[in-house]
Amino acid sequence: MGRRAKNKQDVPLPLNQEKATGKVTKGLHDKLKHDATRSRKHDSAALKNKSANSGRQPIEKLSSSSSSVTKPSAKKPSAKKRAPEPDSDSDEEIDDESGGEVSGEDAVMRDVDDGGWDNAPMESDSDVGEESDEMDEFDSEDDEAVSQMPLSLLESDDDDEDDDEDEEDDSDDSMAGGVESYDEFDTDDDEAGPVTFRDMEKRSRKLDKQRQQIEESADQELRTAGAVVAGERELFTLPSLEQIEAEKEAPLDLSQIQLRIQEIIRVLNNFAELRAPEASRHDYLDQLKRDMCFYYGYNEFLMDKLLELFPVSEAVEFFEANEVARPVTIRTNTLKTRRRDLAQALINRGVNLDPIGKWTKVGLTIFDSPVPIGATPEYMAGHYMIQAASSFLPVIALAPQESEKVLDMSAAPGGKTTYCAALMKNTGMVVANDANKERERALVANVHRLGISNTVVCNYDGREFPKVMGGFDRVLLDAPCSGTGVISKDASVKVNKSQDDIDMLTHLQKELILSAIDSVNADSPTGGYIVYSTCSVTVDEDEAVVNYALSKRPNVKLVDSGLEFGAPGFTSFRGRKFHASLALTRRFYPHAHNMDGFFVAKFKKLSNKIKVSEDSFVVPTGSGAKTKQKKKKRKTAD
Amino acid sequence: MRPLTDDETKVLFEKLTKYIGRNIAHLIDRPDEPYCFRLQKDRVYYMSEEIMRRATPVGRRNLVALGVCFGKFTKTGKFRMHITALPYLSQYAIYKVWVKPNGEMPFLYGNHVVKAHIGRVTEDMPEHQGVVIFNMADVPLGFGVSARSTVDMRKVDPTGIAVFHQADNGEYLREEDTLF
Repeated sequence: MGRRAKNKQDVPLPLNQEKATGKVTKGLHDKLKHDATRSRKHDSAALKNKSANSGRQPIEKLSSSSSSVTKPSAKKPSAKKRAPEPDSDSDEEIDDESGGEVSGEDAVMRDVDDGGWDNAPMESDSDVGEESDEMDEFDSEDDEAVSQMPLSLLESDDDDEDDDEDEEDDSDDSMAGGVESYDEFDTDDDEAGPVTFRDMEKRSRKLDKQRQQIEESADQELRTAGAVVAGERELFTLPSLEQIEAEKEAPLDLSQIQLRIQEIIRVLNNFAELRAPEASRHDYLDQLKRDMCFYYGYNEFLMDKLLELFPVSEAVEFFEANEVARPVTIRTNTLKTRRRDLAQALINRGVNLDPIGKWTKVGLTIFDSPVPIGATPEYMAGHYMIQAASSFLPVIALAPQESEKVLDMSAAPGGKTTYCAALMKNTGMVVANDANKERERALVANVHRLGISNTVVCNYDGREFPKVMGGFDRVLLDAPCSGTGVISKDASVKVNKSQDDIDMLTHLQKELILSAIDSVNADSPTGGYIVYSTCSVTVDEDEAVVNYALSKRPNVKLVDSGLEFGAPGFTSFRGRKFHASLALTRRFYPHAHNMDGFFVAKFKKLSNKIKVSEDSFVVPTGSGAKTKQKKKKRKTAD
Repeated sequence: MRPLTDDETKVLFEKLTKYIGRNIAHLIDRPDEPYCFRLQKDRVYYMSEEIMRRATPVGRRNLVALGVCFGKFTKTGKFRMHITALPYLSQYAIYKVWVKPNGEMPFLYGNHVVKAHIGRVTEDMPEHQGVVIFNMADVPLGFGVSARSTVDMRKVDPTGIAVFHQADNGEYLREEDTLF
């Protein structure tokens, strides 16, 4: 049963191409790929023209720029032999060379001729012609690499260390005269040795280098031909006010809007040169915002919020990523089975899966499945839980230990709660709270299905903690949020969020985080940690809330979350300065990490007392401190 | 949340005995830590005393579940086992039935176990006794009541019912709204 997925990621494009447009969807990807190949073709076409004009000169240029590995000394005989051949033949070959990517395949062929069958140069020559004609059709270097491998017959010298020298030698040789230039064709024959595991890495590195050089030369070519291209490209102009008004009545179709978005981004990326003189950057941004609101279907408020967060091209990536569903991921229930056994059982049902990544030992990504993944006998027997990859993260950060007392403040539907309990191996106690009674059904069902026996499920408003119960070793607060990180799951977020919603949510989050902090017992020998997480990417709900908690509760500090990936949180944002330790928090983005947008912050509580002034302390209720003072802090007052 | 009355305890234990017989003692006298049964809104939960003590501050109206739910008392005072008790039942079960892979899904969809699907049966199983049903990989699937004794089962034709269905893992999906 194959475990390779059909829908894996496509071949990566050249970095600069992708950056320039900042687009990653399939259609665009294809377009970019097309562009890339076209530019390469353009490059080779230019070379062909030149070769037609100036005979052998271009070959030297091409090969000296494309092939870094040369062994001129060893190949003298072949050069000599090639020299007296008729001109017509060589011309044809030149065309072949320049049409193909690198001179590599021909070089190898010739070396084979020279080294192995000295007495039959002519017929092999014709072979070369055919071969290279075929090669012309393939533009990718991979083909070349493959074609080289089986032809390997000659010695495999190590020449990595004297690459540069060789290159210099090369240019010298080629300057010496036309005859010498044939040396260039022999350059790649060092790679023609038998492919062994030992030198495979080196070979691939070599190929990479070649590819890089080809791309560089292609770039250069483009730049020199840039004047022509620029002349061809008409200058992009923003629509006038009347046009904008007209568009409101009868909107353009999406492909035109998309084209305009791309054009504006292109202009913005190279503003000094491509701008229209009368339009300001602001005009472009306004138009871009309007177009993207229309194209992606966001309301203006959310679009503003998100554009504040990212540079323009990254924002487009973010929006595009939100249009694509994240892969289905499952978490192995380590209380009942092991990941290997589970994977085997699911593969036997025809499921296509792979581990999520190196950072988790219990996660699996499901690529496709002939059976509903939420109704297999394994699922019903509680061997796994369908859980987004991002919701592993707060639990990994929380790192609950065995026989601790843990509170999950907003637990439903129980993915994180059950993960906590599994990490604690069903010892200690997990209090799973949720404010929504309906959602708690799913929570209880999941807890029971996964065979977890150490939980207490209760239905409180999270803000009532720690009055209900306190003195926890660890508290996980996955706060209710606007869900801007999970737009791919719930697209209604795009239009139904306003400033009022955000204000209301941040207020609630601030109350909850203080409750969470107060529920923890700082004197716990193993714990004293609080993890705050949201599935939102807006700074208001993430860094601002954490910063608020730091200022209101000086007895906590941020600590490293233990997640080795993810972007660090903002320490300042649009003029707002946050505490420097906010760099320890982690942000996750759909376009960068292929999981839902997420934010994780981990606090350590240092003391149960809050120092108010020099000699007075406030002890919030329920933190488990032995000495309670009379003064109590009202939690909901903030 | 309150301890069970004597009557309730009697009804519960009678029911449990049908499935796990004398092994019921293992549920009460555990070597690791003391466990207990508690009643909360008709439902019986089984948990360690530690968790029970720590959960006392939670108000009755706000407590949704704790530990493992074994089942519920019906309005007529009978006790009805829920699928959630399966981990403990399967651990201590006396009579077991293993179903073949082709009988797995029919059972998980709530059907009785027919004779053709049975892969293996505990010897000397009497009629109308609580049995736990496993698949061939020893994963518990649910429980039921034997329709025939092991001896009689040999005589039944392949489509005859061997075990009456009571609860199965599929209820986590089918009955989520009413189970909890």
